[in-house]
Amino acid sequence: MSNHSFMKQPVSDWMRGTGPDSDIVISSRIRIARNLHGIPFPLLATNQQSAESLTRLTAVAESTDFADLGHFYVMKLVELNATERQVLVEKHLISPNLANESRNGGLLLKDDESISIMLNEEDHLRIQCLYPGLQIREAWEAASQLDDVFEAKVDYAFDEKRGYLTSCPTNVGTGIRASVMMHLPALVLTQQINRILQAVAQVGLAVRGLYGEGSEAIGNLFQISNQITLGQSEEEIIDNLYGVVKQIIEHEKAAREQLRQENITRLTDRVCRSYGILKHAAIMETKEAAQRLSDIRLGADLGLLKDVSPTMLNELMVMTQPGFLQHIYNKQMNAEERDIYRARLIRETLVRKLSAPRQSDKSKKLQE
Amino acid sequence: MMCQHCGQKPATLHFTKIINGEKTESHICEGCAREKGEFNADPAHEFSIHNLLSGLLDFDLSNGTGNLKNGVYGFKATPEAMRCDNCGLTFSQFSKMGRFGCDECYKSFGSRLDPLLKRVHGNIIHVGKIPKRNGIVLQRKRELDDLREKLQESIRMEQFEEAAQLRDHIRMLEKELTGGAEAQ
Repeated sequence: MSNHSFMKQPVSDWMRGTGPDSDIVISSRIRIARNLHGIPFPLLATNQQSAESLTRLTAVAESTDFADLGHFYVMKLVELNATERQVLVEKHLISPNLANESRNGGLLLKDDESISIMLNEEDHLRIQCLYPGLQIREAWEAASQLDDVFEAKVDYAFDEKRGYLTSCPTNVGTGIRASVMMHLPALVLTQQINRILQAVAQVGLAVRGLYGEGSEAIGNLFQISNQITLGQSEEEIIDNLYGVVKQIIEHEKAAREQLRQENITRLTDRVCRSYGILKHAAIMETKEAAQRLSDIRLGADLGLLKDVSPTMLNELMVMTQPGFLQHIYNKQMNAEERDIYRARLIRETLVRKLSAPRQSDKSKKLQE
Repeated sequence: MMCQHCGQKPATLHFTKIINGEKTESHICEGCAREKGEFNADPAHEFSIHNLLSGLLDFDLSNGTGNLKNGVYGFKATPEAMRCDNCGLTFSQFSKMGRFGCDECYKSFGSRLDPLLKRVHGNIIHVGKIPKRNGIVLQRKRELDDLREKLQESIRMEQFEEAAQLRDHIRMLEKELTGGAEAQ
């Protein structure tokens, strides 16, 4: 069993279900990309050069200025096994690219998992802050503060004209990607979603389904992020995203109200039917799990279900992913087995809600 | 919705064809799409941001400097032959990968990048955060070089008092440069 704390605690900070507008906005994320001056970008760096950038950046994390910002775990990707890497991806703490393709990849992870810093991903340094609810500005402030600490100790690749220089031309300039994860079941049910997403795309923001391929959004989860990084300031980028997200929230709220007024019985039936299935099913595929969890999340937000908490749902969203399932039950599984254990985990979690305290229950299970 | 072709799997690919104003829609699964050859679902051919970028760059090349394919170049330094001296990446390699090799590439390819950046971002000039230390460091490095030269000079002239002062000044600046934020 793993000794890393991120394997023992299933709940990252972003999954707590708190923060402004947390009935619709699950999390807010800021990622900024930076590179070291004088060392080729990770894709073209030799092993020796990428080891050098890893050493230099890790040294910053071990300095006293850094210690003021909280407690960080320092990890090399090669020291993590496949399951550990997959769990980090499923918790949205690192990218699949860092997990599978990096050379001399590193991770600096804050103990509450609100900040993860990727080393030698596509860029030398990627600072990511992931907060629950709509806290995009707060996430930017935290990321910018960390950026200042690194900048004081290492020379960044920066050009007056082009800004922060990045491996991919889509990130150059501010190097910022701000994104917000939203749960929009009512807009999907009332078939307004496409119209709204088209409008969002027209103001320079990108929308994608969180899980699922292409534009399909399994579990009604959508990620909305900025596309432009050059020629707009960080504040403009964040204000633009914030403004659009606020409007989508209003539309989703109106659609929820519309659903409630038009046919409360049908809505209640949908929510409770999914709740019943999740509580009793013996086999549960990923896609069905995501859809039914979305239903009960909507039910909980509308007060139709009393026993379900947002934290529990966020936890389930992550824990029912393949890597986490295999980790919790400590065994390798094929797809069929995963569907069985997924059903079991959901049943156990939904029943567990009545037995307090949850934290001790969980640690007991993880120690098995 | 199930696949119209095999009726067994959910349709994940949706096509709308409009030929002479006549619209036909088809909804098929990935397996059938591959068999029919309507869509290449091979991961190696997956459409990525980097394919898209290199597409944009090809467009720039073929429009910008005449017919490159036939080797008729309008300029001596053709974009394809452009190379970053620092990491060795050529412009044509960049246009295939869609990614730069090092920070010097941005200088090496210079204004050649303007059309691409314009298309991606609508802008070519950075506004926003700048490193606090950026300007200062360069200035300090230049200052240090000057002082070191002066130090050598004063030693040669046997002006040891001045040399000692210079040495202390250099040490202080060196400390500031490596010390980071506190030293500002």
